[in-house]
Amino acid sequence: MSVKVYVPCDAAALAVGADAVARAVSEQITARRLDLTVVRNGSRGLFWLEPLVEVETPRGRVAYGPVTAEAVAGLFDAGFYDGKEHPLRLGLTEEIPYLKNQERLTFARCGIVDPLSLSDYISHGGYKGLQRALTMAPEAIVEEVTQSGLRGRGGAGFPTGIKWRTVLKTAGEQKYVVCNADEGDSGTYADRMIMEGDPFVLIEGMTIAGFAVGATSGYIYIRSEYPHAFRTMKRAIALAYENGYLGANVAGSGKRFDLDVRLGAGAYICGEETSMLESLEGRRGQIRPKPPLPAIEGLFGKPTAINNVISLATVPIILDKGATHYRDFGMGRSRGTLTIQLSGNIKHGGLVEKAFGLTLRQAIYDFGGGTFSGRPLRAVQVGGPLGAYFPESLLDTPLDYEAFTEKRGLLGHGGIVVFDDTVDLAKQARFAMEFCAIESCGKCTPCRIGSTRGVEVIDKIIAHDNRPGNLQLLDELCELMVDGSLCALGGLTPFPVLSAVRYFPEDFDKPAPAPVTNLGERAQETQQWR
Amino acid sequence: MSQTHTWDADRALSRIRELENVPGALLPILHALQEEFGYIDPEAIPLVAEVLNISKAEVHGVLSFYHDFKQSPPGRHVLRICRAEACQSMGCESLVSHVEKHLGVKMGETTADRSFTLEPVYCLGLCALSPSAMLDGKPYGRVSPQVADFLVDSIRRHS
Repeated sequence: MSVKVYVPCDAAALAVGADAVARAVSEQITARRLDLTVVRNGSRGLFWLEPLVEVETPRGRVAYGPVTAEAVAGLFDAGFYDGKEHPLRLGLTEEIPYLKNQERLTFARCGIVDPLSLSDYISHGGYKGLQRALTMAPEAIVEEVTQSGLRGRGGAGFPTGIKWRTVLKTAGEQKYVVCNADEGDSGTYADRMIMEGDPFVLIEGMTIAGFAVGATSGYIYIRSEYPHAFRTMKRAIALAYENGYLGANVAGSGKRFDLDVRLGAGAYICGEETSMLESLEGRRGQIRPKPPLPAIEGLFGKPTAINNVISLATVPIILDKGATHYRDFGMGRSRGTLTIQLSGNIKHGGLVEKAFGLTLRQAIYDFGGGTFSGRPLRAVQVGGPLGAYFPESLLDTPLDYEAFTEKRGLLGHGGIVVFDDTVDLAKQARFAMEFCAIESCGKCTPCRIGSTRGVEVIDKIIAHDNRPGNLQLLDELCELMVDGSLCALGGLTPFPVLSAVRYFPEDFDKPAPAPVTNLGERAQETQQWR
Repeated sequence: MSQTHTWDADRALSRIRELENVPGALLPILHALQEEFGYIDPEAIPLVAEVLNISKAEVHGVLSFYHDFKQSPPGRHVLRICRAEACQSMGCESLVSHVEKHLGVKMGETTADRSFTLEPVYCLGLCALSPSAMLDGKPYGRVSPQVADFLVDSIRRHS
């Protein structure tokens, strides 16, 4: 039988030349008349080693990386397809400490299987969760998910089972399941990876969600910045239909579940669930006031279960292995695993799926290996653009929803962005306000106007214009945004701003920079993107 | 880059009709038009409004809300550079200044010869390989100023 060589097709692997590597491998196979097959898998999430090429051997998969197209001929000369020695050889993939020390539940198949092979999916435990769900009453499925302790992985951490129960209990001829794949937070890419590397797990999770809440139709809303994920999901859905895993008779059960993908259009706010619903309905992505909750009045006014990609992709393993198996991982009220994404100025950036409770320091140093630049770490932003900036002294905070809230931080989607000592936190605070101004949907005044005023006030502070007075004003403005905004964008933007002021006051106390010669330039730039 | 056609009302109308019965059809229609023509011509607004039986103001409102939808033709190649936090931590702002100088345009502008449009993007999900960029839909990680120059210059040489 033909030996398999794996070259990832994950967008991040492509970003460092995986397509060129795959072409070079195919050319060598043809030229040398070898019995090898190239499989385009997802990524294992060890991005500093991408493109990570693997080969199947009797002892397991052996990894080589980072491989360049130029290095491919040398790999063949060395006999890499038999797992032989080469300077790029990393040994058995599963034995690489970064991977070995993880607890991969949601990402169990990602990087291992061919994302668009349904038989691969099934032979690696796929659709076992659905099979079990099909033998259960909707209430029992909801109970299983509730018991597992799964909380919304999109950032808010709301218990998934409770949300589902509301949808289940709400009467309605038509209900929907909507997957929020508008992963707009900087420093996060777990949703993208799973959609590109194991799309069927999301389809299975959504199908189970549909049966649990009584919905026959689902949508996945994917941001347009993820064209690869969009294409993979579309193909996977078509394959699921062809093979009877979607449609009028899912897996021979006689039950219907339809699924479609929709593309966003570059609006960060559409990651907010009600904005996303507006966008799906064909309108401006302006948020809706709550109540009514989407679980009661959601898409097209019908009861809708809205969940993040990772939450839904975790449902199959919960149904397959049982609630207790999942709940046994984690700490406190944060049960199961967190898909940590190490980003920014970090040596070993990548995906680390680990039980809740690992400290920030362990994630950044034990897995991440410290900063990429080799300079001292100065700040860490966890939870995306709305998350607080933490100083070195808070690195022992465990990755746990409550522990982060206690430190006035946000665990969010588990994205960790590392900054070295060249960072200027006054600039970062200004950017937080600027980003909010660019992306505000405009519905509520504290967010729409507050963010613009926030940029102006921070500019004055930087320019040494009545610093004590303007710092006081910034504090009051932030309080107003937190209390008065309709959604998390305006309500949480003050967190990165205030944390920057609190932990890095020296950055707001520097001599004023030299005056800008073209005074209008900066204002125009800000205006342009509104 | 993907092949686009010059504006043609009949062609536009047939794309609109293909999607008119999709639930929440407006975004899929606008995406289809932009895919077809590279931008959404002002003449498309009344066509879409009529088919979907909504006001022109509603179509315009949606068109102008989303950063992706272009209301005038972009350059032949679109270079998007990520300016979000993870890329900031790896110096994307100096990359942006460098590319602006190299292309002779500011963010959001198109070069005089219409070869390049330079755009900001807030996260491409390549945050472990910052700074990142996307050129005509292809992702690039660890984009140094030299890599950016190479990408731009190799396109210029071939055109």
